[in-house]
Amino acid sequence: MKEETRVPIQSDHDIVTARQRGRTLAQQLGFSNSNLTVIATAISELARNILLYAKKGELTLGIIENNGRQGLSVVARDQGPGIPDINRAMDVGYSTSGSLGLGLPGVRRLMDDFEIVSRVGKGTTVTTAKWKP
Amino acid sequence: MKGGRDQVNLEQVQTESTTTLLRELVTHLRQHRTQLREEWAQRITEAKLLTAMTKEEIFAEATSVYDNYVEALETGTFEALQAYARNLSERIIPRGVQTDEVVGIVLLLRDVLARSLFGRYHADFDKLNRILDAYEPAANRIAITVAVGFVQERERTIREQQEAIRELSTPVLQVRERLLILPIIGVIDPQRARQLTEQLLRGIRTNRARVVVIDITGVAAMDSNVANHLVLTVEASRLLGATVIVTGLSPEIAQTLVNIGVDLTKMNTVGDLQGGIEEAERLLGYKVGPVEKVVPSE
Amino acid sequence: MAVPILKQGPYLIASVQSALTDAELLELRNALVLMVGKYRSRGVIVDVTAMDVMDSFASRTLRDIAHMIRLRGAETVIVGIQPEVAFTMVQLGLTLEGVATALDLEEGLTFLDRGVKKLGGHVGASG
Repeated sequence: MKEETRVPIQSDHDIVTARQRGRTLAQQLGFSNSNLTVIATAISELARNILLYAKKGELTLGIIENNGRQGLSVVARDQGPGIPDINRAMDVGYSTSGSLGLGLPGVRRLMDDFEIVSRVGKGTTVTTAKWKP
Repeated sequence: MKGGRDQVNLEQVQTESTTTLLRELVTHLRQHRTQLREEWAQRITEAKLLTAMTKEEIFAEATSVYDNYVEALETGTFEALQAYARNLSERIIPRGVQTDEVVGIVLLLRDVLARSLFGRYHADFDKLNRILDAYEPAANRIAITVAVGFVQERERTIREQQEAIRELSTPVLQVRERLLILPIIGVIDPQRARQLTEQLLRGIRTNRARVVVIDITGVAAMDSNVANHLVLTVEASRLLGATVIVTGLSPEIAQTLVNIGVDLTKMNTVGDLQGGIEEAERLLGYKVGPVEKVVPSE
Repeated sequence: MAVPILKQGPYLIASVQSALTDAELLELRNALVLMVGKYRSRGVIVDVTAMDVMDSFASRTLRDIAHMIRLRGAETVIVGIQPEVAFTMVQLGLTLEGVATALDLEEGLTFLDRGVKKLGGHVGASG
């Protein structure tokens, strides 16, 4: 990773800060307008997820590279209660806009890479990335 | 430790001698610039490479490549050569120059220069060997740099052309004020689907459309991903304030949509394009008689 | 108040200026629900042209605004959703179901005018 920005998440102001930083970084990388929105939205959901379930945590934004392709990585880390059943958490219905539940399934649809590691009582780390086409 | 120090000295001697040899080489190539350049251009013509270019053009490019080549040998840095290779490729790709031609001419130059080195040092076989040892790795790297530069430029051009073709393949048509038609023909892959959506949503904004007819008569089948994408497009259009009518669904697509469990309350469908336009005009509050033919507005 | 609310005849117009925090969004909701009764408004327009992100919370809050306003006897229309924002929203399953949308302020006003007439309400000229 060439460059990293850390954004602590403790209040709803931090959500706004995080997505603005992410958008700026993605803009520097030359992402298209629609992808800027996608990235900012995913960051918003990840940050809100931390706030909702762990009260506080941290987002790390970074530039990554693979085979000459550039991308933006977004990692959400918290020491919250953890997710007991990840499969169920990721199974929130596709079209049930009514029950928003965890924003994680949405984040998985928006981003190219998505990985989640959670230990009950220890915390959750969600690692995501968006690659430039 | 005596032995260790000797080894270090030996390495230094070797690096120094490579540098010295390359310097000598560069001096030789500079001195014989005119002759070698001409010989190279001659060989290019003989090998029937770069046939799309005139003799003068070949000579002019050969001069630039030659100078960049010698400079890369001298400095050991390849940025200038790389930039030139990109620039050259950009100019010659539209004229139909092929990859094998570019690789061919660089190898020819390598050849011409090597022969000249043979000629110069053939009396001193030992020195010739050392000169070639110094020359070869650098020459190979130069050849690779130029060839890779060309291929990358070509790939970029192809990507741009594909993009342009996609843009053209689906026009967003304004039929009446506030009414857009998007006739889709052919196979829709995920990338084209994404592009269609972006074009349509932009079109809705710029034309201030209230109703959109997406006609998919020309699409025989779509997989569930693309079908899902179509549903998302309909929903996104509504968020911009436009109603979408989908027309011309084939039996296969109807099956796919039902199989993915599409919510039919969100999909406004009409059998064919004509019916779709009539419905659209009704929604827009036009008085509707039977449509005889589609007449573009203005 | 992060979002100015304008009274325009029988309507209230809220122009969301920029990135709002969750608290500011809730503040907007509460203010609109209150004002619609106070001014006896027939319709509410929420202009989100300036919003470059509409996540699940913002989307749910807009839906709640529309539903609460309806319970208070008026109509809501959300205007100005940007194309990129719209497509990102639907990918997240945020479709603002049952909430009216329009292209921009002008279209929103047209929509409300039509709706209010259809409902048979008597409306004086705006302003």
